[in-house]
Amino acid sequence: MFTFCEDPSTLSSLPWFACYLTNGVHMLFYQSFLTVFALLAVAAPLSLAFGFLAATASRSPIAPARWLGKGYTSMVRGIPDIVFFLFFVLVLDQGIEYIRHVINCPDWDEPIRQGANFLVCDAARTPQGNAAQWVHETYNFGLAVFTYAIVFGAFCGNVLFGAMNAVPRPQLETAAAYGMTRRQAFWRVLVPQMWIYALPGLSNIWVILIKATPLLFLLGIEDIVYWAREIGGSRNSRFAYPHPDWRFWYFLGLLIFYLCFTRVSEVVLARVTKRLSRGQATAGGEAMRKAAA
Amino acid sequence: MTCAEAFQAYALRAIGIGERALPQGEITVCEQAVLIGSGMIWNVYFLVLALSLGFFFAVGLALAKASDTRLIRKPAEWFIFLFRGSPLFIQFFMAYEAFVMIPRLGFEFELFGIAIEAETRWFARAWLGALIVLFFNTSAYAAEIFYGALRSIPKGDLEAADAYGLTGWKKFKRITFPTTMRLAWPAYTNEAIFMFHATALVFFSSFPTFQQRGDALYYASYFADRTFNPFIPYPIVAAYFVVLTLVIITIFGAINRRLNRHLPQDQRRRLRLRPTLLR
Repeated sequence: MFTFCEDPSTLSSLPWFACYLTNGVHMLFYQSFLTVFALLAVAAPLSLAFGFLAATASRSPIAPARWLGKGYTSMVRGIPDIVFFLFFVLVLDQGIEYIRHVINCPDWDEPIRQGANFLVCDAARTPQGNAAQWVHETYNFGLAVFTYAIVFGAFCGNVLFGAMNAVPRPQLETAAAYGMTRRQAFWRVLVPQMWIYALPGLSNIWVILIKATPLLFLLGIEDIVYWAREIGGSRNSRFAYPHPDWRFWYFLGLLIFYLCFTRVSEVVLARVTKRLSRGQATAGGEAMRKAAA
Repeated sequence: MTCAEAFQAYALRAIGIGERALPQGEITVCEQAVLIGSGMIWNVYFLVLALSLGFFFAVGLALAKASDTRLIRKPAEWFIFLFRGSPLFIQFFMAYEAFVMIPRLGFEFELFGIAIEAETRWFARAWLGALIVLFFNTSAYAAEIFYGALRSIPKGDLEAADAYGLTGWKKFKRITFPTTMRLAWPAYTNEAIFMFHATALVFFSSFPTFQQRGDALYYASYFADRTFNPFIPYPIVAAYFVVLTLVIITIFGAINRRLNRHLPQDQRRRLRLRPTLLR
């Protein structure tokens, strides 16, 4: 990065660190923070959508839809999320390959599960064996994001279901009295009002989601934990930047990163809560009305 | 291998009793269920010890956080912030790296007349190192819950205690503490369940397994990797966790009923079987 970095062994400690912290692997390390943000950016709206669908299904007058919604949202109650992470990544991977196998190779007659093997025809391999490295990485990342969305969608479903029930009943009765259909009352009265009830739960889930991002490492993604372990390990004098085992310091860095991240989130979410309370028929909204009057 | 044989060989495998080698080749459902169940011993071990020790520390932390003295309040606030604001997964990693750095020493001491030689490398083992992390973590979360409850004790209760002339320790023991527990208990039950789920992370962070004696999820992912079939081991783990979660709810529900027994029937706060997902 800097011109004086050509022979690091001659440098004193301050320039040495300047060079060390900007070398190639560190750039990869910094990029992996983007992986975390990318995961959050995709998984958060996706899980909100899943949660919304699940909550709507749980309120459905059609019994099978209701069972499906309730079953999905209650799965996270008794089982650790890490089990789902490990489970769904494998299931999604095998599911995609199986579907492609059925479509692409209709004349394959051997069983797919042979003892301890899962065999599909070559055309069904996802991604293809000769695909570029970045395709593999993106595919794995996509699987991981989808897994996060499934698990956190169930969390969101719980919160949104509770929020929908928390909207005062007279509001919906009034909508019905005005001649709105079920659908109209849902979209025009229930959905706009439910967010303030959902917000404390959703902000809590957001913080849980942030704190669950290091688990990407377990799903085989080269995320910040992976690089911290990789770079932090001791390097002998054969390397350009020899150093003892510094993993502790790298993890300390990650810890501080997460502390700041959750702290900022909490402050922002507190502001949003305040903004959304305006004009609501809740204790918070009432307090704001009185303060203004 | 029949089910009974599998049970004999592997029921206590996770704590080092029984067959040494894990099943190879074709792995039966029985073997999976037994081994995963034996791994569950570790999850229960971490849960019971971390939660029971953490309870007392959490009460102390909550009182410290509610203290008027800045010197007591600030450290408690920082401790709680540190452990609640960062991922447990990172805490495990960091603690492990820190424990590995401790110089290797041996201490001899006597406990109940038995000479024990303690070694500092125990810290780098899951049974002690991970337990310490879980203990601190659950203490921080529980302390926040207790602190919230402490703040929401009805004013009248405390005034009544003053009117009866209760002060200091007596007031705490008879009024403040029981009321705090009563108010905090539903949330604390939730924390216990989350804590139980968090024990599944122990052997997936840096703490190594010793002779493949891991927890339930360790064996499940071992089987999933071996058989390439996630549909058997993971549902087994899930079933174990659901059953034990129900056990936790039953035990905590019984305590909740006892804490609320003086209240009129309609004012008793039921422990909801649908724990809120607050953490």
